[in-house]
Amino acid sequence: MDHFLTDDQKMIQELARKIAVEKIMPVRAELDEKDEFSWDIVNALAQSDMFSLFVPEEYGGLGKGSLDMCLVIEELSRACIGVSTTFAAAALGTYPLILYGTDEQKKKYLPEIAAGKKLVAFGLTEANAGSDAGGVQTTARLEGSEYVLNGTKQWITNGGEAAINTIIAMTDKTKGARGASAFVVEKGTPGFTFGKKEHKMGIRSSVTRELVFDNCRIPRENLISREGMGFIIAMRTLDQSRVGVGAQGVGVAQAALDEAVKFARQRIQFEKPISAIQAVQHILADMATQVEVTRAFVYAVARHIDTGAKDFTKEAAMAKVFGSDMAMRVTIDAVQVMGGSGYMKEYPAEKMMRDAKILQIYEGTNQIQRNVIGQALIKEAARHK
Amino acid sequence: MKIIVCIKQVPDTSEVRINPETNTLIREGVPSIINPYDLHAIEAALQIKDQDPASTVTALTMGPPHAEVALRDAIALGVDDAALLTDRAFAGSDTWATAYALAKAAEKIGFDMIFCGKQAIDGDTAQVGPEMAEFLNIPHIAYVKKIEKIETGKITVHRLMDDGYDVLESSLPLLMTVVKELNTPRLPSIKGKMRAKKIEIRKWTRQDIGAEDSLTGLNGSPTRVSNIFAPVIKKERKTITGTPDEMAAQILDELKALHCIQPG
Repeated sequence: MDHFLTDDQKMIQELARKIAVEKIMPVRAELDEKDEFSWDIVNALAQSDMFSLFVPEEYGGLGKGSLDMCLVIEELSRACIGVSTTFAAAALGTYPLILYGTDEQKKKYLPEIAAGKKLVAFGLTEANAGSDAGGVQTTARLEGSEYVLNGTKQWITNGGEAAINTIIAMTDKTKGARGASAFVVEKGTPGFTFGKKEHKMGIRSSVTRELVFDNCRIPRENLISREGMGFIIAMRTLDQSRVGVGAQGVGVAQAALDEAVKFARQRIQFEKPISAIQAVQHILADMATQVEVTRAFVYAVARHIDTGAKDFTKEAAMAKVFGSDMAMRVTIDAVQVMGGSGYMKEYPAEKMMRDAKILQIYEGTNQIQRNVIGQALIKEAARHK
Repeated sequence: MKIIVCIKQVPDTSEVRINPETNTLIREGVPSIINPYDLHAIEAALQIKDQDPASTVTALTMGPPHAEVALRDAIALGVDDAALLTDRAFAGSDTWATAYALAKAAEKIGFDMIFCGKQAIDGDTAQVGPEMAEFLNIPHIAYVKKIEKIETGKITVHRLMDDGYDVLESSLPLLMTVVKELNTPRLPSIKGKMRAKKIEIRKWTRQDIGAEDSLTGLNGSPTRVSNIFAPVIKKERKTITGTPDEMAAQILDELKALHCIQPG
């Protein structure tokens, strides 16, 4: 389908596809098997300016919008969601600086992020602060010209590899969510170490670690915006990135569909390819329809964000919840169409199915997304009363 | 360092088909690409530029106006600028006349190093690079598989041989033809692609590079093509029967009769 992309968008999409096909597909099974993060791929993305996309032009980036990001994330996800997670998490970690950083902070960090010289991580989740993001227990205490951080962040994508980390910590525990603040912590700061590397069901080419702060002292200038803004910064950041999870869903589902169609045309049973069997065709037809519908919706939400809309929390949540649920269904169907072969690691479908599951869980579970959508509906209805 | 990379636009296919009536290559419907070996030459130049950002890399090609696309692709990879030799006067050039024209253009651009791919996948001659060095009266090293070090006025490289490699040192300026073992070509960048879309490509005629008419195009090509034909592939099949020992003996006799192996 023609989605009225500009020439530049088509060029960016084509380049992302080239990286996916030439740099990611040949190694994705091995990275998955070995549970390995690849700097070679990150460097290839950097060399092609992919990390410049989301950084404003005045700080060395290309200042592209949400749709451009979605196109790239979708293409990378067709090859491996582990890689697209690494990429999207770098953008996630950078949004607090882009949205709320001072000019000095932006000048200091954004050019190196855009050039792909430094990877970024976003640290919100903790053992007792998952869906309840207000339950953050990591503290930041102001002592003279420094903040002192204590606590542990859990399941942090790009943890240990990221040179720049944006961290949510409590500056005033008595105020609850209003007592949270956001900080930049650079790798190598004394008192900042990394916990164990997690072994995951899927997206195993992305790295997930604990970030441990033990009397970690950072300059006062590393506070993003002002004290008490942490929770708002986290929510606005997640609004920006959530549509990208929908794009990941479209990418992995498209890849699973392609694998299923290819297989169905080759697999002979009852003396004909199984693609000639209507029961199989109907599964493929439903898969294809779901992918196309979701792609159109994800692009529409991304375009809505790119119009400069102030509030797109509901739409972003819808793209995330619909895209990820769709990806789970379609990847399961791909394995089903491929039968025993689909269950084997010789084919990429089982990896896609394992990978897709995370989309329903991270960046706010799909249950939390439904809360968000529900609350927005009630708010809208109350306004129009 | 001032570097020139010579590239060639070739049809993107390993299965070249020939029109049986005209005996010429069928180019319709076959997309054009940068000759794959030339991508390694571009990468070699760009890696030198990565180390020494003051370096400039110029891509050079000779061809029809459409060859401009290959030069823009080179710009997208990070090459600084490009020149296209395009003129009816260049038509019919063999490798010698091509090397002459490229050498004249290289003199006009100026250089410390020239990189070429070891050969083009359409012509497969591997002659243009070395011949260019002859016209320029500079040394050349073919089949470079590793650049060991670059010092002031000299370079040390490894040359791929059938039975290993040679380590060679040469003064600069120098022309090198490279093999795919040298490096892994990078992919284009978004900024490179945007630049490639806008940049003005220099287009030079025979007069622009000061090439003599008698040495250009068909006039400057000692090669005469008397006939072009697609080789007829004859396939014969013979079935051998008997015990394994008997069949082996028969195969041996057949191979001797065909002079595939020495009798005795």
